Amino acid sequence: MKLQLQWLAALAAGTLFGLGLSVAQMIDPAKVINFLDVFGTWDPSLAFVMAGALAVNVVATPLILKRRQPILAELFRVPAKTELDKPLILGSLIFGAGWGLAGYCPGPMITSVSFIDGAIFTVLLSYVLSTLFTRLAMRRYDAYKAIKHQKDEACVG
Amino acid sequence: MTIVNFTPWSALLGGALIGLSAALLLLLKGRIAGISGIAGGVILPEKGDVSWRLFFIGGLILGGFVYQWLGLGVGVAHIEPQVGTLALIAGGVLVGIGTTLGSGCTSGHGICGLSRRSPRSLVATFSFMLAGFAMVYFIRHLFGG
Repeated sequence: MKLQLQWLAALAAGTLFGLGLSVAQMIDPAKVINFLDVFGTWDPSLAFVMAGALAVNVVATPLILKRRQPILAELFRVPAKTELDKPLILGSLIFGAGWGLAGYCPGPMITSVSFIDGAIFTVLLSYVLSTLFTRLAMRRYDAYKAIKHQKDEACVG
Repeated sequence: MTIVNFTPWSALLGGALIGLSAALLLLLKGRIAGISGIAGGVILPEKGDVSWRLFFIGGLILGGFVYQWLGLGVGVAHIEPQVGTLALIAGGVLVGIGTTLGSGCTSGHGICGLSRRSPRSLVATFSFMLAGFAMVYFIRHLFGG
């Protein structure tokens, strides 16, 4: 029963998110690219999307995280990492370049599937495949690092 | 600089809906509404942690349909890709690599992370915004697009 309720919660949250992206017109790559074009035809709207979302979450998130646990699950699973490392910065720079190039970030890419359009499947498939290969590569690298770490430890011993 | 197509009210309302969605997912399921993270755990499945992600992703698409059914999609007919096929592929590939390596996208870092006051998300948001501005500047003003 709890699992089904979790599914319902995820579906409701996803639908609200997709509706929000659509109402905000973030699903329009022209709007995204114009937002990033400060020195040309600038459309500041996206800053207001962020402001609207942050207005809700800056208040709601700390209140929710004060609870001992979520309503339908055992634990809050929030990233614990605080280190500002190279993958974070390099990855975000690469992401931003792709975002500016085509005008799509992951949310709008997925919501735009509802428009059933060839271009969106092109960009989505590219995103899915590159995510798959990057995750596989990172998984292998982590496994390699773990083995290397064990060996280094052994040498110290 | 010329300001074009500025739609502050629909942007604020849409943003608030996104914020509500993130709050709902955190309150009920205890998870962060970061789209690249949620999708990533389906694309290369995280064992025992897939089914809710599929429902969330289904909802993302359903939300787009709801928007059109409600007759709000006045502008939808005008939505067109802004670049050719090659740039669409390159854009998708860069977004996939970048969000995976950088552990998040516009939603996970830009909205959820910032509202948790995460320094990592602040740095990430600054980085992808900077790269986005630079890419558009390069294409539209230097490359002569």
